[in-house]
Amino acid sequence: MNLPTNPPLPRRRFRRIPKAAALLVCGFSLLFTDCVRREPRADIVIVNGIEPETLDPALVLGVSEGRIVSGLFEGLTRVNPKTALPDPGLASHWEISPDGRIYTFHLRTNLVWSTGEPITSADVVYSWIRALKPETASEYAGQLFYLKNAEDFNSGKIKDPNLVGVHAIDPYTVRVELTNPTAFFLDLCAFPTLEVVPRQTIEKYGDKWIMAKPLPSSGPYEMMFWHLNDRIRLRKNPRYWDAANTRIEVADFLPLGSPITALNLYETGGVDLVWDKDLVPTELLDVLMKRPDFHSYTILGTYFIRCNTTRKPFNDVRVRQALGYAIDRERITKKITRAGEVPATHFTPPGIGHYHAPEGLGYDPDKARKLLAEAGYPGGKGFPRFTYMFNASAGGASLIHAKIAVELQQMWRDTLGIDMELRQVEWKVYLSDENKLDYDTSRDSWIGDYNDPDTFLNLFMTDGGNNRTGWGDPHYDDLIRSADKENDPAKRQKYLYEAESILLTNGPVIPIFYYVGFNYYHTNIIHGIYENVLDNHPLNAIWKTPATPTKH
Amino acid sequence: MYFLRRLLMSIPLLLVISFLSFGLLHLAPGGPFDRDRKPATPDVERNIKRKYHQDDPFWKQYLRYLGVGYDREANGKIHWFEGGLIRGDFGPSYIYRDHTVNDIIVQGLPVSLSLGFMAFGFALGIGLPLGFFTAVQRGKWGDYAGSFFAVLVVCIPGLVIGPVLVVVFAIHFRWFPVALWETPWHAVLPMIALGLYFAGRVARLMREGMLNVMQSEFITAARAKGMSETTLLLKHGVRIAILPVLSYSGPLLADLLTGSFVIENIFQIPGLGTPIVNGSLNRDYPVVVGLVILYAVLLIALNLLVDLAYMMLDRRVKYE
Repeated sequence: MNLPTNPPLPRRRFRRIPKAAALLVCGFSLLFTDCVRREPRADIVIVNGIEPETLDPALVLGVSEGRIVSGLFEGLTRVNPKTALPDPGLASHWEISPDGRIYTFHLRTNLVWSTGEPITSADVVYSWIRALKPETASEYAGQLFYLKNAEDFNSGKIKDPNLVGVHAIDPYTVRVELTNPTAFFLDLCAFPTLEVVPRQTIEKYGDKWIMAKPLPSSGPYEMMFWHLNDRIRLRKNPRYWDAANTRIEVADFLPLGSPITALNLYETGGVDLVWDKDLVPTELLDVLMKRPDFHSYTILGTYFIRCNTTRKPFNDVRVRQALGYAIDRERITKKITRAGEVPATHFTPPGIGHYHAPEGLGYDPDKARKLLAEAGYPGGKGFPRFTYMFNASAGGASLIHAKIAVELQQMWRDTLGIDMELRQVEWKVYLSDENKLDYDTSRDSWIGDYNDPDTFLNLFMTDGGNNRTGWGDPHYDDLIRSADKENDPAKRQKYLYEAESILLTNGPVIPIFYYVGFNYYHTNIIHGIYENVLDNHPLNAIWKTPATPTKH
Repeated sequence: MYFLRRLLMSIPLLLVISFLSFGLLHLAPGGPFDRDRKPATPDVERNIKRKYHQDDPFWKQYLRYLGVGYDREANGKIHWFEGGLIRGDFGPSYIYRDHTVNDIIVQGLPVSLSLGFMAFGFALGIGLPLGFFTAVQRGKWGDYAGSFFAVLVVCIPGLVIGPVLVVVFAIHFRWFPVALWETPWHAVLPMIALGLYFAGRVARLMREGMLNVMQSEFITAARAKGMSETTLLLKHGVRIAILPVLSYSGPLLADLLTGSFVIENIFQIPGLGTPIVNGSLNRDYPVVVGLVILYAVLLIALNLLVDLAYMMLDRRVKYE
């Protein structure tokens, strides 16, 4: 430290510094607040769940993204808002060959992009081939593997896209050749991966094409803007073939992570509609469930426990069954989840297309104790301490996992006399441990992609990527494969029923409950939303009437 | 000269920071493309890893991130890396695949900056007078009340303050909107929720500073000369007492400007706090490393500014 010889600054300037600083801070603040956007309110404001990872149909994975993407782009079929079954989309009609392997789609002749150019069969072929190309790196490319040679094209074994089973016969006809008759292929045609995307824009802008302006869209809406973590605004596409029936002009999608914020916005009129099952304010469910503007209904989703069958004592089927019989599922849905979930005894959710599931394993504490004793652990004696893994995340709904874990711990201790240790880990650790089979038991869930039991039952093929239990049964694999090849619905049902019976009695997975879709909106203002199993609510089916909300 | 040297020193520092954050993230279990649903075949997964060069060895991934090095094709052709940190390109986001890290910063930074400056202004605006007041009122009820308030806001986290403010001022009184980022009115509650904690800290620091100064010899000397108490406190006392607050301001401002996950989550504000937390949960390496570097740059720059301001306020301080 040097003692001052000369003052480095004259006194006057020196006195002004705090004032100058204060002015600077105020000025900056004003400047920045003024930059804040002020757009008019959209006709409908929807809380849609977390920020979409992408809006590129070929890359989309999540249900919440899918709802926006399907507003922008359409496939050969589109989802019926009431039944969630496929309706004619860009294709007005089609023929299916008697063996169920050749589909001939006829496009509507009045199709244009939102920018005015015609949509032809070449666009369909381009879109499907693009989703399959290795460079596109689509995680859902598997949705197209039912096409002849599609898998080999995706892995690079085949380089020529002409060998893949999709061809343009003329500008309005697409011929699709499948490897096996695929009962749910028309459902898949409405799935984002198979939606029709604009070739020229993609080739011009590359990976960031979705941000191009203008962005040609094939669906009922076009993009106005996407402000990250703020909102996505869509505007009606007047050139859409069914534009006459699109009633909402401008729609906002808000990405929200906090259920309470979503509820606050809804209650103060900032948003019209909240539709995400992860945005359920669990603390308030008992009050909210009684209100007429809160709606819950079973969807194609199952909450279940995985058992690691490569580890002792879970390699013993009797132990796995004992765990399953000892769970009082109704207690879990009544005390913890509380949003109208149905207790699950079988893996495929009720109401799934073309199928009736076997009965499955219910709650039977006596049988549970007996099975555990048979396995060599009477009264739980000698049963090793084991762990139950579940994930933690920032969202509100994830607290459910912890509460269920504690409940299971209690049930298994009371009924079976065995000790379970809770292991809460971060999401990516959870995924990586489950993949490496580095766990004893673990919570999990599965949401179906299409309305067919195949989307649930094909998980447990031996060594399948989503099996993650170490369990496998050649007979099970045969049954699933036979069902894939079967064109007769009755026979197919028989194969799948038998397969699911094997799965349930072997117990590598223990179903707990079926998920519910959870929406809230005033039914006298918002119309056109139906309780369907896919939890899919096409934007163009929704309309709004100006009315005062009912008082609660 | 001193400041030039410090600026130059910050370059290797940033390199070390980028390497450490890059390396630590890669050490964490799981990667950006591990998801709850596995792709249909391993080939699908391989395509994705190849696209984002996740199949390269670690050192090559880091060099690619920096933008130094090249790829050699099978026929021996050399492709120099494009972009990279040295060209100011933070790379693509692995999770938000339609956006680059630069897009994320360009959209989020102005929001975080404006909210941060406002909260900073709020923290100083409340904290400085409160600290001054409690020091002057030392031992009287005003001191107890003011200090109690300062300690209280330091103890209550934003996670609690935010919702309480919303319930009272947005839902009950309807004075302010509950969330979102549209008009200046939307910024008021988040500004308070974010700034209140720091206001308490600043008040505590200011009070300490004032009390220390008022006992020093030059004040006693001035008082002996017959200087009025007001001039004494405002003109001579504050100038020295503010120094601890000043040195705290650098890191404080850097903290405020880079966004807060909690506040952004409660008020649904499109700032940078959300991307950095979600980025680390998702193992979105480029987003996290990019934002860490941004934070480091801000911290270095602000500390430098604080040192400059120090020199102006306290003439005893000189840097060689």
